[in-house]
Amino acid sequence: MRQRKGLIGYLFILPALAVILIFRFYPILQAIRMSFYKWGIAGPLYTVGFRNFNRLFIDPKFYQSLGNTFWYVIFVVPLTIFLSIFFAQLLNQKIRGRGAYRTIYYLPVVTSIVAISVVWKWILNPDRGILNAIFGIFGIEGLKWLNDARGVFEIILAPVNIEPSGFLAGPSIALLALIIMAVWHNIGYCVIIALAGLQNVPEQYYDAAKIDGAGSWRIFRHVTLPIISPTVFYLVITQSIFAFNTFTPVYVMTQPPGGPLGTTKLVVFYLYEQAFRLWNLGYANAIAFVVFIIIFLLTQFQKRFIERRVHYE
Amino acid sequence: MSRKFTVHILLAFGALWMLLPFFWMIATSLKSQMEALRFPPTLFPQALMFVNYLEAFRQVDFSRYFLNTIIMTFGTTLLVFVTSTLAAYAFARLRFWGRDQLFIVFLAMMMVPVPVYLAPSYVILSRFGWIDTFLALIIPWSVNVFSIFLLRQHFKTIPQDLFDAAKVDGLNHFQVITRIVVPLSKAVLITVGIFQIVSNWNAFMWPLIVTHSDSMRTVQTGLAYFAQAESTNYALLCAASTFITAPLIIMYFFVQRQIMESYTRTGIKE
Repeated sequence: MRQRKGLIGYLFILPALAVILIFRFYPILQAIRMSFYKWGIAGPLYTVGFRNFNRLFIDPKFYQSLGNTFWYVIFVVPLTIFLSIFFAQLLNQKIRGRGAYRTIYYLPVVTSIVAISVVWKWILNPDRGILNAIFGIFGIEGLKWLNDARGVFEIILAPVNIEPSGFLAGPSIALLALIIMAVWHNIGYCVIIALAGLQNVPEQYYDAAKIDGAGSWRIFRHVTLPIISPTVFYLVITQSIFAFNTFTPVYVMTQPPGGPLGTTKLVVFYLYEQAFRLWNLGYANAIAFVVFIIIFLLTQFQKRFIERRVHYE
Repeated sequence: MSRKFTVHILLAFGALWMLLPFFWMIATSLKSQMEALRFPPTLFPQALMFVNYLEAFRQVDFSRYFLNTIIMTFGTTLLVFVTSTLAAYAFARLRFWGRDQLFIVFLAMMMVPVPVYLAPSYVILSRFGWIDTFLALIIPWSVNVFSIFLLRQHFKTIPQDLFDAAKVDGLNHFQVITRIVVPLSKAVLITVGIFQIVSNWNAFMWPLIVTHSDSMRTVQTGLAYFAQAESTNYALLCAASTFITAPLIIMYFFVQRQIMESYTRTGIKE
């Protein structure tokens, strides 16, 4: 009887287990193995030891994609979180139309990123896009957006005759366009999460702070922020991982994909290109392996250094 | 008074910014190709060109793409319901050797980012001969660990008395699941279902990689293909973007609360 009972448990998890073993667990092992092979779609496989990794460490395109991804994450995550806390603060009051605002802010989250990319590419069109038209109304000269490979810092520092290049030039205008779109896309999700965090702040705390004569910034800094810090921390981690895995906008919006001059080639796109355009599956796995380690270290780092400042009740 | 006013101005400005791309998508989708390319652009279309929608549907096989997406979405969602309910029930209510360890292994699988197993999955699928079939679109995603986790947490809260009563009545495990567990877990199952529908409808990278032929395209890979083929015809591209996003946006207006909840709880986005 006991024996049979146990058997039923295994039987019930069998479908889930089978899929996980075949399509998650085995591929992960295989990924590690493949990264030590020269593994094309056809032709002989042979083991190459660490050569995929050696090649990776001297591959300038890989470093460029890492640099791009670094700027992308560094810009997208704080901007998204800052703006979403700002709007969540505004929404966390008794005002009319609160529900409608929430609905609107959240709308991009359920919208397909392919469609969003198509529309934003049109909005950002250098010659006929509405964004440059709006700029025109205010007398600002339009930008070339997705076609502009110049780095942001390069442009800002040009008047003072400093010419940073490569990684130090910062994200290109084209990458900046992707950053703006990503912030727009993710804000709704973060607003809802931040709002949930803000609703945890007891009303009395605000009243007490007001009686003590604290201004709104001081209330935010010393009352609100400590209480919502676990929420902010959660957002930092999830948004960083999410930004790190960005692929679709690069594929749909940039021309040639990852261009101009490779300045929008994010690391996951580079991985895709190596694996499924050039069919260097072994090499792609070496990239995947490094991506995995970076994401892992990133979350560990954030846990170590940001979580220290997080107050849990 | 003035403070409230400032808040409204700021929120309205934010809302305008959020809505602008949607407005622009729909406005462009109804313009003639000539008008769409005018600069500075007209804000509203001069004549409503609903024909753009038919034209976009005709230029590439969007009806096929819709059908494929529906098959993929429903197939995956249905299987996720079955596999997750069974596994969650076993993890929550059955005793067997290695149960908790196995559950931890399941959870660990969630931590691995998709790019890591992309290339090996492709190799496995091609060995199975599944590339370019619905099997490749559905089976690898027929299990969702987070759904198992959510359901397991919920199943644990169902009072033991009910299970004891079921035992007295002589119900077997399947009957317990269908008659007691599932009816008591509607809210969680809806959360799981909505999350599956949204993420499958919007899935892009996976279908892009595991299918090749035109007849296997989903709406997302179909739109990406259309965007490459008709890269300057923005009236048609916006029409296609509109009808691809419309189903989920309509659904969103009906089950908004559940959608927000399912994303807040699952916390995963694809």
